[in-house]
Amino acid sequence: MTSADKNRIKDKAFEYVGMACTFFGLFMLVIFLGDILMTGIEKIDMDFLSNFPSSRARKAGIYPAWTGTLWILGLTAIIAIPIGIAAGIYFEEYAKKSKMANFLEINLANLAGVPSIIYGLLGLQIFVRTLNFGTSLLSGACTLALLILPVIIVSTREALKAVPDSIRQASYGMGANTWQTIWHQVLPASAGGIITGIILAISRAIGETAPLIVVGAATFITNVPDSPMSDYTVLPMQIYSWIGMPDKEFAKSAAAGIIVLLLITFVLNGIAVFLRNRWQKKVKW
Amino acid sequence: MKRVLMICAIITVLTTVGIVWVLFSESYTFFQHVSIWDFLTDTEWSPLSTNKHFGILPLLSGTLLVTAISMSIAVPMGIIIAIYLSEYAPKKFRYYIKPLLEILASIPTVVYGFFALTVVTPFLQNYIPNLAGFNALSAGLVMGIMIIPMISSLSEDALYAVPKSLREGAYGMGSTRLQTSFNVILPAASSGIIVSIILAFARAVGETMIVTVAAGNMANLTADPRETVATITAFIVNMSSGDVQQDSIEYQTIFAAGVTLFVFTFILNSVSFYIKKRFQEKYD
Repeated sequence: MTSADKNRIKDKAFEYVGMACTFFGLFMLVIFLGDILMTGIEKIDMDFLSNFPSSRARKAGIYPAWTGTLWILGLTAIIAIPIGIAAGIYFEEYAKKSKMANFLEINLANLAGVPSIIYGLLGLQIFVRTLNFGTSLLSGACTLALLILPVIIVSTREALKAVPDSIRQASYGMGANTWQTIWHQVLPASAGGIITGIILAISRAIGETAPLIVVGAATFITNVPDSPMSDYTVLPMQIYSWIGMPDKEFAKSAAAGIIVLLLITFVLNGIAVFLRNRWQKKVKW
Repeated sequence: MKRVLMICAIITVLTTVGIVWVLFSESYTFFQHVSIWDFLTDTEWSPLSTNKHFGILPLLSGTLLVTAISMSIAVPMGIIIAIYLSEYAPKKFRYYIKPLLEILASIPTVVYGFFALTVVTPFLQNYIPNLAGFNALSAGLVMGIMIIPMISSLSEDALYAVPKSLREGAYGMGSTRLQTSFNVILPAASSGIIVSIILAFARAVGETMIVTVAAGNMANLTADPRETVATITAFIVNMSSGDVQQDSIEYQTIFAAGVTLFVFTFILNSVSFYIKKRFQEKYD
């Protein structure tokens, strides 16, 4: 066997190793989703969605959990979306190439890498204690808003960056000022990308558990939130508390809760991917 | 209008200032009761028992143990997948597989914790008799699977960005795809790959719910993956979900643990940012 033959065999061998590794990842995904479906599907019915949590696993439901999740997502979105888009516009359209911009850039990169539980500690001290929001929805939403802000800013910037300069120059040429150019030309042209980024950020917020535990989401709750100052629980929090129960029956409730949580996450991610593909196809500069 | 936008941008700076101020001011009071030397060298962590010890080493070792297990899965797998997708796989295959793999990274981490605790641990207990119900091994393995797509996606982007001319040059010299990948493409994309590994490492260190659910909550200075451990993040979660008096030393331990975690991830993120800026390969 010549060394060329050996090299060819090694090359082929690596191809199979690579394929095996790729399929291993997908295989784990399938096992994982399969196991959760098998465990939890029998639990899912109208009662599960409309019942309160209970000390008896058969009756336990996720009504306060999913309403809490909707509340907190709504509030988080209201806080984070305008601030995130505005900051993204400032970064990309106004603050280019100054010392200040460089500093903001490094700061943003670092914020994006801060573990979510640290945001929880920030929220605990600032929103829960200092501003005295207590363990309310508002505290949780403010904390999550800060957490997803870097995600929204980064994706807004990327969407703005994709708009070619010729559009801006044409608008300036017609006598528009910077803000008019941004509002009438750049933002409409980049809306698809910005919305995609926002959906991805929101889907990230849905699954966050750790920071909400720290800012005091409840594990057992007997009423549904009716204002931003209400106590609350969220789906991942409910799942976490069921996982910790000694009664095996609660593992089924946890799995059923996970199915609902994953369904929401996947639908949102699917919408984001769909919008991204559509937007990329439609816009040809 | 520019003012309003600027204020929004400055909120990101305020967030950083807030994090640093909160962590350091609370830990400052903590360190008036506990010396920094004890904190860094004491080998016991027992803030709730009567004989209190505040040594961060057991929590740090727990964190690093789980992280090491997860990285030993995710780094080789992630890089092999990246090379395969970028250099071997047909374009169509890559187009469909990449988003599928990224699903792994979008699943909430509490779900992975459930999986580690209820599927992986019982499965491994068939083969490893002394495996505790809560253990570092399952948590680490599952975390490894979670961060595979982080490494494979970012590394694949780096490999894909290496210009065609380098590949053609290597093929022209008679190299196989394997030789081209490891001797030409991989070195050319090394900075991007290193950045992806560091970011994944930082992510693993800060990961909370998998370890809280599956690795347990027992500060334990050990390198044995079969044992129950506590990570810094798991300690913070468990401590803050109990009823702790504000301004008590127990309350401040949360922030002392938090500051350790923050400094750790801050250094990792800064290094990756520096590498990204400094060693960006430019081919023209």
